[in-house]
Amino acid sequence: MAKVNTIRLMAEKKDELLQQWIELHLASLSLRKDIIGNENLYRQSRDFIDAFVQAAEGADFEDINRVEWTTVRKILAEISTNRSRQGYSPSETASYVFTLKEAIIRLLQKEYGVQPDVLIQETLTISKILDKLGLLTFETYSKAREEVIYRQQQEMLELSTPVIQLWDGILALPLIGTLDSGRTQVVMENLLRGILSTNSDVAILDISGVPTVDTLVAQHIIKTVSAARLMGAECIISGIRPEIAQTIVQLGVDLSMVKTRATLAGALKLALDMRKLTIVQIGKA
Amino acid sequence: MERIPIIKMGPFLLVTIQVDMHDRLVMALQEDLTEMVSSNGARGVLINISSLDMVDSYIGRMLGGIASITSLMDAYTVVVGMQPAVAITMVELGISLQGVMTALNVEKGMDLLRSKLKLAPEQDHEIDREE
Amino acid sequence: MKLTVKSDSLVVKSPQEIILARQKVREYARSLGFNLVDQTKLITATSELARNMVEYGGGGIVVIEHIDDQGQKGLRVTFEDQGPGIADLEMAMLDGFTTGNGLGHGLPGAKRLVNEFEIDSKIGLGTRVSIVRWA
Repeated sequence: MAKVNTIRLMAEKKDELLQQWIELHLASLSLRKDIIGNENLYRQSRDFIDAFVQAAEGADFEDINRVEWTTVRKILAEISTNRSRQGYSPSETASYVFTLKEAIIRLLQKEYGVQPDVLIQETLTISKILDKLGLLTFETYSKAREEVIYRQQQEMLELSTPVIQLWDGILALPLIGTLDSGRTQVVMENLLRGILSTNSDVAILDISGVPTVDTLVAQHIIKTVSAARLMGAECIISGIRPEIAQTIVQLGVDLSMVKTRATLAGALKLALDMRKLTIVQIGKA
Repeated sequence: MERIPIIKMGPFLLVTIQVDMHDRLVMALQEDLTEMVSSNGARGVLINISSLDMVDSYIGRMLGGIASITSLMDAYTVVVGMQPAVAITMVELGISLQGVMTALNVEKGMDLLRSKLKLAPEQDHEIDREE
Repeated sequence: MKLTVKSDSLVVKSPQEIILARQKVREYARSLGFNLVDQTKLITATSELARNMVEYGGGGIVVIEHIDDQGQKGLRVTFEDQGPGIADLEMAMLDGFTTGNGLGHGLPGAKRLVNEFEIDSKIGLGTRVSIVRWA
């Protein structure tokens, strides 16, 4: 059987193959060879060859999803995920498998250079499986990237919507940045939960830091105000800049049922009034 | 038949809804409350819904109905303790509970009733009040 | 391609059975990892549609399914009755429209609470409403 030749060769000339592979691979990395740590790479690659040889002996070459390939897939996934997190490019990550292919083909060339038929057959077979594994590193790489992006998004959502207690019974939520509907939902929930946990009757939504207000955002604000009211709290919208006030009117959004103020200070004053509180100056400032 | 208990607290009545309300329970509650407002001369009704995991248009109508009936009998109804997820869902559904007063919890609901009825507050705040 | 991973069906003819349907949907939504707001939206939509079915369709069957669309998990609830059907679907989907004593939030309201909403009704044969919310 054709595949047996390559696999046997890989097992027999493991050290030579390993040496060649790592040289090729390091050469393919443009930058940051230091990060990986050669010793680690050496050990990992040796494990990979061992696992590959072991899997290849009993397994089907057509389907790398079969159980025999589990260890191989696991090692590859680990490498790809780590590199993705360390900021390597996807081609640098995939080059790990592709340089192995090159090393094996060189080995085959040396061994079967005089038997072109065998050489072609062996090269084709081994290329097929290694290409599949190469694609797998791509997939794992992008999956890991997506996870990173998702986590950062979640962190940003949390960070960008702080609920601040201004006074006993008065909350403020300064909104900064563009409001899309996903973020507005988080804002809404945070505010309502904050109202409940701090027992606040008045909440100030400050939109000074929001660059534009469109119909959707205005609607979200109205919904937040309505939900707070159902819970028994009043909202005040502050920080409505002149251009935003103009847009709101032009869009035909009715904010008449919502208490609004131009500044956060104005909103705080109204909030204190609503709670029947007043600030008095004692003595000269 | 199972009924939701109504507790008398001074001039007010307190109802805490803790079960998934089916229609007969809702009808019974409406009847019992009307009866008690009339026989006790209660001036305010507090309905605590902090344990309710949803308010659909049926329950919303029931709450609105109780508020309208009690107001005919010269009493205020305050719905207290609505959970954030319930409030968000109600807004999306399009129920606004018009004509029903709301408060965060029973204590604040009683404060609200007292101020509506111009009853003396139980205790004063440490900060100056304008009143 | 939406595959059904798990499903349950309940006969809902009385107001008490609406509560059972709600509880079953809650159970599914929880096991699918829906957050609290999404759980609440699902059970509220279920309550609205099941009530519609009981009040106007003479009751029917509620099917609750955990579905999977290429790894995307979702919950589908289908309400099927053999009632008189809805004469004007377009009207019924308008906010504020009702033929009964409701306030007319039922259909359009429930639609706003979910990601997908399908309704099919034939006069004299019945009505089938299906909602999906993705986890």
